[in-house]
Amino acid sequence: MTCRNNRDSMMAYLDNELNEEQKRAFEGHLAFCADCTRDLAQFRKLKQMTDSVTFVEPEDRVWEQYWGNVYNRIERGIGWILFSVAAIALLIYGGFEAIESIIVDPTLGVLLKIGLLALLGGGVILFVSVLRERVYFWSRDRYRDVRR
Amino acid sequence: MGGMGRDNSAALWDGSADAPAGVGDSGSGVGPREAFELIVKRHMKDAYLIALGLVGNREDALELSQEAFFRAYQHYDTLHSKGKFFPWFYQILRNLCFSHLRKRRVRRAGSLDDTQLGCPEPEGRDSFEPDAIAERNEAKDRIWKAMGRLDDKHREVILLRHFRNLSYDEMARVLFCNRGTVTSRLFYARQQLKEILDEERGAPIAPREPGEPTKGGQTS
Repeated sequence: MTCRNNRDSMMAYLDNELNEEQKRAFEGHLAFCADCTRDLAQFRKLKQMTDSVTFVEPEDRVWEQYWGNVYNRIERGIGWILFSVAAIALLIYGGFEAIESIIVDPTLGVLLKIGLLALLGGGVILFVSVLRERVYFWSRDRYRDVRR
Repeated sequence: MGGMGRDNSAALWDGSADAPAGVGDSGSGVGPREAFELIVKRHMKDAYLIALGLVGNREDALELSQEAFFRAYQHYDTLHSKGKFFPWFYQILRNLCFSHLRKRRVRRAGSLDDTQLGCPEPEGRDSFEPDAIAERNEAKDRIWKAMGRLDDKHREVILLRHFRNLSYDEMARVLFCNRGTVTSRLFYARQQLKEILDEERGAPIAPREPGEPTKGGQTS
């Protein structure tokens, strides 16, 4: 087992990250510590094996299409933002128009107007309340990735 | 098929590779989209290779690296020093990859439950399959698969050190920790890697002279 105090030195020695003085000190330790000498040899072997691994080069067409794919995401992102903002704005506008038309419509009775407005108002309050609750809990849910 | 991904320039990580001229620079005559296109083309290979090292799958690596560029574009205004794009981008990419790995583990745990209930396990492209590595042999396959079993943060230091050739100081800057933490994390990562390989082989890694044959008959 590597001496606890020399673990860092061993890694830095292996990766050529020690200065000359530190290197000499660690080599001095190695001369007397069989465990560290053995572990160093094993880590060196592991390093050689790991260094030999390289990744497969993707085909040229992957790089040719790469920016296009990123751009598509950007374009769609902008599209979704515009769509969402416009949909919300139109819904709000439509809601106000509906309320206004109910209020000014002379053919509707007062009780019916109050009922329709209460229905609309209640629907809006419920929608906002549920939405707010969902957003609040979703943003604080540590287990949202866990399947139920 | 040739391999890639071992070369790394320090300039990439300290940000000096990201020439600010024309990138987010209104006086340069280059629009923001064209400027970002230049950035993507400059860094796409590094982004892909880092994602591949973290998630171990070529399709996911491509998807995640592209998604990271998309998110970087969305938040590009918040990057104060435009010349230091890549270290900033790396944080987005690694967070995306780690989040992806968490979800993958949850899915896998769920599919194991389903399997126990009699449902078939879904097809998954979710392991460190050796087809991602070049000039394959038994030893490289084993290392790659063992990397897939490391903790995310341990895999990350192995990737940065062995596959991206970062120095300890560069790693400390990128990981927002001190040099001692980097060294210690590297020790535990290598120790864990060694134990996984030992466990698979049933014997510890013995130091071997160059040219000595391995179990599979290959020589180093």
